[in-house]
Amino acid sequence: MSRRFIHWGGSGLLCLMLASVATAQEAPGAAAPAAVDVWPLLFVFVLATFIGLGVIVRVSRLLHTPLMSITNAISAIAVVGSIIVTGADYPREIRILGAIALFASMTNIVSGFLITDRMLKMFKTETKPGEGGRS
Amino acid sequence: MITAIVQLAYIVATVLFIFALHWMNTPKTARKAVYSGVAAMAISVIVTWAQPEVIHHGWIVLAIIAGFIVGVPLSMVPLTAVPQRTALSHAFGGAAAGLVGTAKYYLWLHEGPENLTPFRMVAIIAEIILGYLTFTGSLMAAGKLQEVKWIPQRPVTYPLQNVSNIGLLGIAAVLGVALTLHPTAPWAPSVFPVIIGLALLFGILLIIPIGGADMPTVIAILNSYAGLSAVAMGFVLDNKLLITAGALDGSSGLILAIIMCKAMNRSFTNVLFGAFGQVQQAKAGGEQKVYKAETPEGAAQVLEQSNLVVIIPGYGMAVAQAQHKVRELYDQLKKRGITVKFAIHPVAGRMPGHMNVLLAEADIPYTDLMEMDDINADMPQCDVALVVGANDVVNPAARYDKSSPIYGMPIIDADKARTVFAIKRSKNPGFAGIDNELYFSDRTWMLFGDAKNVIGELVKQLSGGSGMH
Repeated sequence: MSRRFIHWGGSGLLCLMLASVATAQEAPGAAAPAAVDVWPLLFVFVLATFIGLGVIVRVSRLLHTPLMSITNAISAIAVVGSIIVTGADYPREIRILGAIALFASMTNIVSGFLITDRMLKMFKTETKPGEGGRS
Repeated sequence: MITAIVQLAYIVATVLFIFALHWMNTPKTARKAVYSGVAAMAISVIVTWAQPEVIHHGWIVLAIIAGFIVGVPLSMVPLTAVPQRTALSHAFGGAAAGLVGTAKYYLWLHEGPENLTPFRMVAIIAEIILGYLTFTGSLMAAGKLQEVKWIPQRPVTYPLQNVSNIGLLGIAAVLGVALTLHPTAPWAPSVFPVIIGLALLFGILLIIPIGGADMPTVIAILNSYAGLSAVAMGFVLDNKLLITAGALDGSSGLILAIIMCKAMNRSFTNVLFGAFGQVQQAKAGGEQKVYKAETPEGAAQVLEQSNLVVIIPGYGMAVAQAQHKVRELYDQLKKRGITVKFAIHPVAGRMPGHMNVLLAEADIPYTDLMEMDDINADMPQCDVALVVGANDVVNPAARYDKSSPIYGMPIIDADKARTVFAIKRSKNPGFAGIDNELYFSDRTWMLFGDAKNVIGELVKQLSGGSGMH
């Protein structure tokens, strides 16, 4: 039951994104020289989403809070885009936006990984009362 | 050649990210997950930075240093504040995506409008709408969780709320379509900020009607949005690493949101548009029921005679910072050979898994933290169910009272235990504003007071009783 629910939710989301993107692709005037090949990107997105669903469903419920903080840090992969916008030879205003984005992503990376590790260190199988935790 | 190295490095980073999530499936391997994630992120940053098109380095260094200066203290917040921190970092993630989308649009508008293909425009519009609504929505959520004074804690509703919210998003979408068709029209540079403004406003309005009990779901949904905005950025920048990492985050948020919704027997739309958690005024005027209060002395005696004690923690335990006292109680009972288990409801607390982290912080072995479905079978054999600051997740009305807002929600069967002790700060209803029938059951005895003090009293009674003074 829960599996089915997840698949429906996932595929609904995908269909929505696909439909909007595919429509855009068909729109007139799309023949620009710098057009990227859209389909490989969509393939990657769809496959990555399914891998994500498959992997995350197996994550222990004990660890949902650390999971959320580690995915926070991972989604700060936006850092990749921010570095290019900040460092390339672009107008000043554009680079300012990039630098703010880079700061925000970097904050997420640093705090996300550090707090995840801090929380995970606390999960132990047994401890003796009165003693400090062993790791 | 450089492209090949970059792409290869991005593939390695993707693999490491997937392993990071895979290793989260048990606490035994979970710390490896962090190392793997850090390695992947370091590879991504270094490789991107080393690309020849990156020629200015000063600002990058400054932004990274600033990120460390803010990030390190943010990672040291007390664990009770983790939900706020998480919401805040969703806000940062959304802002980063929104800003990069904005930067790219204006860049291409002025230096190469041929780059603004319909596909890129759809991606940019999706990126900025998701990014900016995640930004303000998460800030609002963080404010509500932090109990900032000027943000109302209770859901705020007004007539035509949903219609106007969806209308707002609709306007943004229509403007987005117009921009996609005419990305370089003379009016385009002024319509773009309007879409940003609408997204920012929508984020605020989306969270205003949401109460504390729904926060776990909302945080998970915002997590998903933050991931999807990174995916959209990947489409804009033609970068597959952004797409894969963003999709992993998006699917994680989606699954957590679904788990939370199922644990409350509600749908996404109901959480987002249902304004759950208003106090039910019709019921408040009904018959006056009476609580039976018990003293810590009496409760300690009953606890001593038990074989199986199940502790059911809720948000109240986090508020009272009672987890360390709970650990002392756990030790006292264990010393007497009593089996002690913790029953964790999926939505207990303010974010998914909140209670597990707090109890782990107090050094309670995770093997004694039980999921609702696993512990419910044992509840009839349970001698004492000790409810610490939990409310709706043990309310039997969820089973039969069709008029109750929590009807149909799976609950922990505390009422099936031989004796129930419920620790409660005051006689007011819980966060969802619903009276709890468990408290009036003839097996239930109330321990009024701050959870930390009450459990401290219990510990004192138990340690005194064993002749240790």
